[in-house]
Amino acid sequence: MLRAAARRGLARAGQPPDQSEDIVQEILLAVHLKRHTWDVNAPFAPWLFAIARNKLIDALRRRGRRIFVNIDDFAETLADAPSAPTMPASEVAAQLQTLPQRQREVLQSIAVEASSIKQTAERFAMSEGAVRVALHRALSSLTAKLRES
Amino acid sequence: MRMETDQFIRTLAADNAQRALPVGIILLLALMAATPVSTAMLLLGLGIRPDIMVAMRNPFFDLKFVVTMALAISAATISLHLSRPEASLHGWGWLLVAPIVVLVGGILSEMMLPQRVPMLTRLVGHNSMLCMSAIPVLSLPILGAAMVGLRHGAPARPAAAGAIAGLLSAGAAATLYASHCTDDSPLFVATWYTLAAGIVAGLGALIGRRVLRY
Repeated sequence: MLRAAARRGLARAGQPPDQSEDIVQEILLAVHLKRHTWDVNAPFAPWLFAIARNKLIDALRRRGRRIFVNIDDFAETLADAPSAPTMPASEVAAQLQTLPQRQREVLQSIAVEASSIKQTAERFAMSEGAVRVALHRALSSLTAKLRES
Repeated sequence: MRMETDQFIRTLAADNAQRALPVGIILLLALMAATPVSTAMLLLGLGIRPDIMVAMRNPFFDLKFVVTMALAISAATISLHLSRPEASLHGWGWLLVAPIVVLVGGILSEMMLPQRVPMLTRLVGHNSMLCMSAIPVLSLPILGAAMVGLRHGAPARPAAAGAIAGLLSAGAAATLYASHCTDDSPLFVATWYTLAAGIVAGLGALIGRRVLRY
């Protein structure tokens, strides 16, 4: 549902829909970190879409400064270009590189390698509590960095 | 490396250790920490007016506190509301009418009473410049605390939330300053206190635009 909303928003703004995944992730991150602002007695959908809208506008504003070129216009020139270009790193992943090492390691272990809190704690010889704190800090500073970039 | 959304969701789900406190609690704690700072600034820097015991029998002196506290409380209520993502000022702005109603009532009743001092003298007062600078300065710690509290929330309109936080801190600072200020005429309050509150609200909007985005 969010994904569809993000695609629609991008399409309306004349932006390529392949970025919707980035925005979906940003929305999910904001929903996660701000989940305490939802009042249990209030309807859920307006709250969710208010966050989604905020993040979509944010993302469009940020992307507004970049120029997108339709690759089809260059199809002939590019025909001989090296094939299989690496997948562009997502916005989230790019910012991941700027996190402090410990936070990055923990986030990578859980997010990319899909290990549990417990496995991560064992791997880095940390307590489970410390892993949880590092994870939460990593997610919070990820948001801050996304906002600044 | 690209993080897939499903993995990303799993990551967020793993980060379930702490239940964040509600914004209201954080805001309250921050304000409770900052108010003594502003109070100390008042006591050390300006002091309370020496004739306060006499002044307290003057209803217009007491009215200043009613006005400023009404502003602080209504602005606090609105800023708490604005800390939610789906909130707008719509339907809440009228709360700010409360201090204005009290103030207008004060002005009217002062007009009906016989006065020794001419109206313009009462309006200009003794120390309007001090009032205009002391209220913003005293409000700074409280404004900072309000920003900390509101940052915990997710305001849809950061500048508006910041401006209301400015009114909240101006109201609190003016409540403190009123105990120093020797100008009790509601006309003075309506002019200079309002200007001071406007300055702080503008400052709050500027800061809020930057720090209250989520």
